[in-house]
Formats: sequence, C-alpha cells, structure tokens
Amino acid sequence: MLGTASADYLDVYSQNLYKVMSPTTNNLPEKISLNLGFIPLTDCAPLVIAKEKGFFHAEGLSVSLSRESSWANIRDKVAAGVLDGGHMLAPMPIAASLNLDGLNTPMLTALSLGLGGNAITVSHALHQQLLALDEQVADPYHSVQALKILISHNQRNGLPPLTFAHVFPFSCHNYLLRYWLASAGINPDKDVRLVVIPPPLMVSALASGQIDGFCVGEPWNSQAIAQGIGAAVTSTVDIWHNSPEKVLGVTCAWAEQHPNTHQALLRALLNSAQWLEHIDHRAEACAILTANQYVPVAIQDLRVFEHGEFQYSADKPALPAPDFNVFYRYAATFPWVSHAEWLISQMQRWGHIPTSINTQEVAAKVYRPDLYRQAAQALQLPTPSIDRKTEGSHDKAWHAASDSGDITMGRDGFFDQVNPELRRTDA
Amino acid sequence: MPKLNILLVDNDPGRSAIVKQALEDAGHNVIAKLNDDANLSKNVLALQPDIIIIDMDAPGRDTLEQMREINRDQARPIILFSAPNDQRFMQEAIRAGVSAYMLDGLNQTQIMPIVEVAIARFREFQALRKELDDTKSKLADRKIIEKAKGLIMARKGLDEDGAYQLLRTNAMSQNKRLIDVARILVSVEDLLG
Repeated sequence: MLGTASADYLDVYSQNLYKVMSPTTNNLPEKISLNLGFIPLTDCAPLVIAKEKGFFHAEGLSVSLSRESSWANIRDKVAAGVLDGGHMLAPMPIAASLNLDGLNTPMLTALSLGLGGNAITVSHALHQQLLALDEQVADPYHSVQALKILISHNQRNGLPPLTFAHVFPFSCHNYLLRYWLASAGINPDKDVRLVVIPPPLMVSALASGQIDGFCVGEPWNSQAIAQGIGAAVTSTVDIWHNSPEKVLGVTCAWAEQHPNTHQALLRALLNSAQWLEHIDHRAEACAILTANQYVPVAIQDLRVFEHGEFQYSADKPALPAPDFNVFYRYAATFPWVSHAEWLISQMQRWGHIPTSINTQEVAAKVYRPDLYRQAAQALQLPTPSIDRKTEGSHDKAWHAASDSGDITMGRDGFFDQVNPELRRTDA
Repeated sequence: MPKLNILLVDNDPGRSAIVKQALEDAGHNVIAKLNDDANLSKNVLALQPDIIIIDMDAPGRDTLEQMREINRDQARPIILFSAPNDQRFMQEAIRAGVSAYMLDGLNQTQIMPIVEVAIARFREFQALRKELDDTKSKLADRKIIEKAKGLIMARKGLDEDGAYQLLRTNAMSQNKRLIDVARILVSVEDLLG
C-alpha cells in the first residue's frame, strides 16, 4: 500500500474541463473501498493520478494502490479477490478468459490505460555490431534487417543464439517483439532465445550480459540508455503505430457484482487520462510518480513521458516522439475489440492457443466497449460508434465517427506494411 | 509412492530454512533451496523439480509463467492455485505470501499436503515477524518516552512519576497518544536544544 493521498480534489471540482458526475441514488457504488494493483511503469500513471489528483475521490471511491512485483501476482490477486482489479497487460484478460493460466477465472476490460510506451533496447556491444551493418538502426526496419544479417552470420560461425527478454508470456511486448523479428525472417522460437525478466530487473540483466536486448515499457529503456548500458533500436509504436498496451482488468464476476463501482472507476480513469493528455501536466505527474515510490527511478528517466521526446542512445540527441505514450487522444482509452482480435491472432500465430478458437467471439467477451460507452457518455465524452477498426489500414491520421462529432484518430499501420516514408512516428 | 522433489525459492533465508525443515520433517524431499531468482529458468531446467514453492513477491514468478510456453515438449510448471479451484485456498496462500507451481500431469492430491505445509510455515513466519516488529517498535517507543520523561524532569524539576503524570495529562487533554506527545517533545528538544 502506497502513500497517503495528497488529494487535491477540490481542484477537480474547480476545473470545468473535467466533468465529474456524482453518483445518484440509483447508481451508488456497491463497494467504495477498493484495492488496485500496479507494476512500477510509466503507464501506471492513469491509476496513480486518479488517486493523487482526487479523481477516484470525486467518484466517491477510496482506492488503495498496491505495487506488485510480478504480473502473475496481479493476476492471482485479482482472480482471488484480494485485489479488485489492476493494471494489466492487454493480453492478460484474454489469457484468463481462455483459461491459459489455469485459474478458471474469466476477466474483462472496459478501458485501455493508453497506447504505446515500450521500446526495444539492445546492449552496447550488440548496438555496435548493428551499427557496423547499418548506420540507421534507430528504426524498426533498418534495425531488424541488420539483426537478420548478424544472426545469419553468427549461425554460420556456430555462435550461440542471441537472447532477448520481454516481460510476460501474454504481453504486447512478446507479440510485438515476435512480429518485428519475424518481419525479417528471424524465427523467434529458433533463431533467438526469448526469456522473461521482470521490468525492474531488465537493466541489470542487460548490464551483466545475461541478455542481449529487451522489449520493455518505460522508464526502463531510458534508464539503460542514460546509463550507457544499451541503445534503443525502435519503439514499439514505430512497429505498430498507436498499438494497444495496458488495460484496466477485472474479473467478469467482479464486474457483474459491482456494476456501479465499475462505472465509477471507469469515469475516474477517463478523467485521469484526460488530465494526463496535457503535456504541461506531465512535470507534475513525474513528480507524483517518483514520490512515494510509485515508480522508483530518477525523475530524468521519465523524460519521454514528460517531454514527448525519446533518446535512442546516450551519444545522440533526443528525438521528438509525441506518440510514445498516448493516454487519451486518438480514443486511446477505448477498448477496441479489433485490438483484442489482433492479439488473439498473434497467440494463434505462435502456437500459444489453437487456431480453432473463435477470435471474434472471445474478443467480444473480453473487450467491452458497451461498458466504456456507458461511462464516457455519463461524462459527455465522445465515443467511437464502431467497436472494431481495420487495424493496420490507416497510414495517416483519420477520423472515427462518434455520437457527437468525429474523433481524430492516430495512424495504426505496421512498420513493414506502410510506405517507408511514413514509417517513423515523427515523420 | 516415489518421493516428490521440491524446489524452494525464497530470498528470506530465515523463512526458507524453517519451511525446508518442516517439509523434510513431513517426509518430503527438498532438492534445492534458492535464495534468489535471477537464474530461475536455468535452475528449474537443471534440477527438474516436481513442485516449486516460491515466495509470492519474487519477481521471478513471471519467468516461471513463461516456462509453460518454452517447454511445450517437456513437462512444464503450472500454477498450483488452479488445482483446488477454490478461492478460499487461493486467498489463504496469497495472504501467507506463497505461491506454488507443479509439473503438468502430476496428481494434485499428492501435492496438496506439501503446499499446505508450506502455507502454514509461511503464515507462522509472518506472524513471528510481525511479533518481532511490534516488539521492536514497543522498545523504541519506550526509549522515546524515557527520554521525554528525562527532559521534563530536568526542565520542571519533577521526579520520574511526576514527569510521567504530566506527559499523560498532556496527551489526554490533546486527545493524543502518549508516545506521540513524547515524540514531539523529543524532536522539539533536538531542534532547539
């Protein structure tokens, strides 16, 4: 349990920008005191800000945030009812609903906690080898092509395979890392070794040579880069623009028993995401995240989050990366059923689940735009009229129809399918 | 019935020694005790345990989760909470701070007694630690109260009993705990003295 709320909730009322709906007698929360779990990562910010800036309080909720040491812990505690819900990797509620974890506890999500936020960082030694092959390795296409050449060379010379780490079997990190490798003909199950390492231990594993690279959320890439241990070869939003990342996960049983509390939670997080969307709030958010040990790092490691610029290596200036973390714009909080469908298709692609599973049916059970719309409409926020978009079909910004005017959407192309001129996020 | 091989992973050496002893006393076979989970997957592959008892707060749990994916052709560790499919059992384990994995294909009923021993010892250890923490903080509190009494005695020329009474009356009138008033007094003295 972390910190006491320095909740300045009057602030919330005083700003018309954030519309707050007080529960009426008909929709009083069934439960007021909640425990939510999180992992120390930049994208736990919507939960932390909702607590510290009083958005939970404004909804009549008293929320304790519990910093957890593993995704497995969050899953188990949510399944057992020790936690009411938590910061989860987008594929986790899907895996739970397919009983891949064996807990027989289906889960759902009605809200995404944002888009993007991860990067692939390689060791200094591997970076030097890649640079020797291609000077432009801070780009997903160039870096993976160079990596393919290097791996083929290593294989011819009988060298051991390179080891890459990600954070959990059912994670966007795993599936985007695999997607990136496979795009150049690298077989992620044969040509490299994939291992799982918890985010806070990634940097030391890279420093000790235990791994050659990793795909992890911020601030852990920035920390490795700032310490000169490694350099980034791509962000995950450069692999798949505005890709899904974390969600608010709860069990289906909990959502059924606490429909009003769930709605209150969603409203609070929608207000928190809007607050975080303003880049001029980020300095304060950084101070809040690092105080009370929510994310126990030096404040300068949160640079990409604070300024929207990402430094790929210590000897290069930071580049603009405005879409590295997206919290609200582009309908970032909306639980796109097509996100779930893509993740399920990747689980099938890599043999993690049988191809016989009905993708659409499972996705629609786990991702719940209907619950999202109820919360967003109560706050008079526009919501997309569609549940699915054709992922990968938008190379440029586009507009999604909503109940109240169009919503500006970011692009959602995959790096290996779009026009090379448009590949970079900052292009 | 052949004995099952248990791997114990816990960074608290005091606790893991107690758990290991208890498991061995109950006739089980602890093949290894790891104090850190840095090379967990390597160790699991090398030791081939039938069951892994792990501190719930070990970050290496996510590494074990992945072994299900990589060991598709071999027996792989699966989380044991799934076995009884009983939320109460799961909550009990979580509150004690222990988690367990068993090899896919093993008989659950064989494994339950082992996990129960582990849960019981983890819980006992937790209770002991709490008691120790409480005792420590009581001792620390007593020292502060003694110091505050000393200050009052020196300033007000009171005897020990009189100093204590003054402290007590003051705490009661302010609706505060004795220790809190003593703490304020000592910190003010540190600041001004």
